[in-house]
Amino acid sequence: MRGGGRRMRVGTGRTLVLLAGCIAMAGCINVNAPSEPIVIELNINIRQEVIYRLAADAGNTIEENADIF
Amino acid sequence: MENMMTSNSIRKLAMGGAAVLLAVGGLSTAVMAQRDPAYDAARSSGQVGEKMDGYLGIVGTPSETLQRMVNDINIKRRAVYAEKAKAANATLEEYALTAGCLAIARTVPGEKYQAPDGTWQTRTSAAPMRDARCP
Repeated sequence: MRGGGRRMRVGTGRTLVLLAGCIAMAGCINVNAPSEPIVIELNINIRQEVIYRLAADAGNTIEENADIF
Repeated sequence: MENMMTSNSIRKLAMGGAAVLLAVGGLSTAVMAQRDPAYDAARSSGQVGEKMDGYLGIVGTPSETLQRMVNDINIKRRAVYAEKAKAANATLEEYALTAGCLAIARTVPGEKYQAPDGTWQTRTSAAPMRDARCP
C-alpha cells in the first residue's frame, strides 16, 4: 500500500496496479465472510445435539400416535 | 376347605377378568393407532407428503377435503409435539423438526417427502435425502 501512493504519481498506467490493489483489498475484506458460516455451523451443532437428544422420545411419540403419522 | 375353594375360584375369575380387560384394551389401542383410510390413500398416492418441519404437506393442488384432512392431522401433531416438547424440556420447533427427521425416514417407497432443498421427492428404496442434522 505504501508503494501504491508513489506509483500513482508516476503514470495513469500504474492506476491499474492501484486498481489491482483495491481488488486485492476487497479480497482481504472477504476474509470476514468465513466467520459467518462458522456461526451458522455452531447453530447447526447445537441444534443437532438437541435433535439427537430428542430422537428416541420423538420415535416413541410417532409410534404412540400412528394414526396421525 | 369350602372357603378356600371359593376364594380360589374368585381369584381365577378376577385373573380371567383382568386378562379380558387387557385384551380389549390392547385391541382398542390397535384400532385407534391406525391411519384413517383416506389419509393412508393420500399418502400412498403421493397427494400428501412428510415435510422437514414435522408436519404433513400437500404435494399438488389442494382440494378442500384434502386441505381439511391435512389441517386436522397437523393440528393434532402440533398438540402432541407441544406436550412432548414441554416434557422433554425442548421447544416445539426442535421437537417437531426431530419428529420430521424420523417421519421422513419412516416413509415407504412411493410416498412423498420434502428434501432439504424444499422440493418434493418420491421415496425410493434408497435412504431419503434429509437434513444434515437428522439422526
